Amino acid sequence: MTTWNKPLPTINGETKTFWDMARRGTLLIQKCDSCNEFQWYPRGICSNCWSSDIKWFPSTGRGTVWTYTVTNQNRTQGFDTGPYVLALVELEEGVRMFTNIVECDPKDVSIGMSVEVTFQQATPQISVPLFKPAS
Amino acid sequence: MVDLRRAAAIVGVHEHITRYAPDKSELQIQAESIQKALEDAGLEKKDVDGLFCASMSVRNSGLNLADYLNLYPKMVDNTTVGGGSFEFHLSHALNAIHAGRINCAVITYATQARSGGVSVGTGGISRQGHPRLDPSPDSFEELYGLTTVGLYAMIAQRHMHLYGTTSEQLAEVAVTMRRHASLNPEALFRDPITVEDVMRSPVVSTPLHRNDCCVITDGGGAVVVASPELARNCKQKPVWILGAGEAVAHQGAGKRDLMYIAAKQSHAPAFEMAGVTQKDIDMAMIYDSFTITVIETLEDLGFCEKGEGGQYVLNGRIGLGGDMPINTDGGGLSSNHPGMRGLFLLLEATRQLRGQFEGTERQVPDCKIALCHGTGGALGSRHSGGTVILAKD
Ligand SMILES: [Zn+2]
Repeated sequence: MTTWNKPLPTINGETKTFWDMARRGTLLIQKCDSCNEFQWYPRGICSNCWSSDIKWFPSTGRGTVWTYTVTNQNRTQGFDTGPYVLALVELEEGVRMFTNIVECDPKDVSIGMSVEVTFQQATPQISVPLFKPAS
Repeated sequence: MVDLRRAAAIVGVHEHITRYAPDKSELQIQAESIQKALEDAGLEKKDVDGLFCASMSVRNSGLNLADYLNLYPKMVDNTTVGGGSFEFHLSHALNAIHAGRINCAVITYATQARSGGVSVGTGGISRQGHPRLDPSPDSFEELYGLTTVGLYAMIAQRHMHLYGTTSEQLAEVAVTMRRHASLNPEALFRDPITVEDVMRSPVVSTPLHRNDCCVITDGGGAVVVASPELARNCKQKPVWILGAGEAVAHQGAGKRDLMYIAAKQSHAPAFEMAGVTQKDIDMAMIYDSFTITVIETLEDLGFCEKGEGGQYVLNGRIGLGGDMPINTDGGGLSSNHPGMRGLFLLLEATRQLRGQFEGTERQVPDCKIALCHGTGGALGSRHSGGTVILAKD
């Protein structure tokens, strides 16, 4: 386990299941039983129809880079040591999430490239979903 | 809709010329600005019955400012939707004045972002120490090292990918703003720059260079808005509010096309209310947090088609002497960007519509109608857009 010196997420009632499953290597998104729409980020209602009838849905964890930037300057601890790739990845289910693209040279990242989820353990409770080039 | 055209007017303005004010307080800069703006209008403290403000650092800024000023306004509006908050304030003041609830509103802002060493664009969350992130959405966003620059950079990257926009085109915006700043004695940076200079400046977050990013300054100012009756008795000729529109744009549960910004929604009601079109606009004040902000905003305000913003800004079109001069004070890119810049859009548009620079290169000739568009927040995540259209008397 590498030392995690970046900010950590807060886990609450809305997101506990998400982080429990992330620890087991599954990326959950949400799907509404009333209107069948997917949504990201996790929340307590369906943001489309405002129904409370939302269910967790395991994403395939595959997607494409919708856009990205190689960030050279950020004073936040953990991000202040060198270039890293901040990206919006569009999952196969059609929702886009912020993430970092890892396990490749930042110069090799491009819009449209296929990526898949990978988890980095930050604490015994928290594994953070990141994306790497699809195998 | 009720006809709100000319239901209120800007009658007084003041820009605190400071770009660095470590020895003043934020509330002091606001108080000094309000006092000067009222003097400009020929009004007094007792005339003010509406207080509109936003702050990056003062909690309950409306309440604390009223206390500092020893003022008892009938209306306080603390709408805080990022740097464009002040276009929202003007829109709200127009409503309140038209409804007869107030006669005279003051809109004000100040900050010490520069002397306080605030990394507005690249600080991430570092200035809050190293906390657990707020639940949502921060826990799913800040986790990945978001910065303000990074969020705009991602939009620039995709704009280039989809439409072939180039770094040279982005740079053209910065170069034009610097040319305007060279005509503004108060501007922070006044030495001309070239496209090559911008391209050679360090890359902060690809594809944005340092000179694609706005400056960080201290500063502040105030705008006085009055009812038509009061406006007629002011020292300055009124600058009338013709139209206003407000919008927010966000992630839409992960599905909204982030390439369209809030200006897409906010401009239509403003133009409709004003009864004018893009062709009638003589100059525009476009929030220029980054060069890409200008290109996206010009597109989504309808000055050109989506994707054509990069071409649009070339050949001097957005410069003084061009078809659509923007940010004639030098903009956030060169003159000042004290954390939030929306107020300064209203100040320069008013100065232009008054013909304050007549006889100099800075004046837009025969300037009758101006548009201000404030963007607050970040294009890549969530932001606000406030469009206002102003006219000379
Ligand atoms: Zn639903």
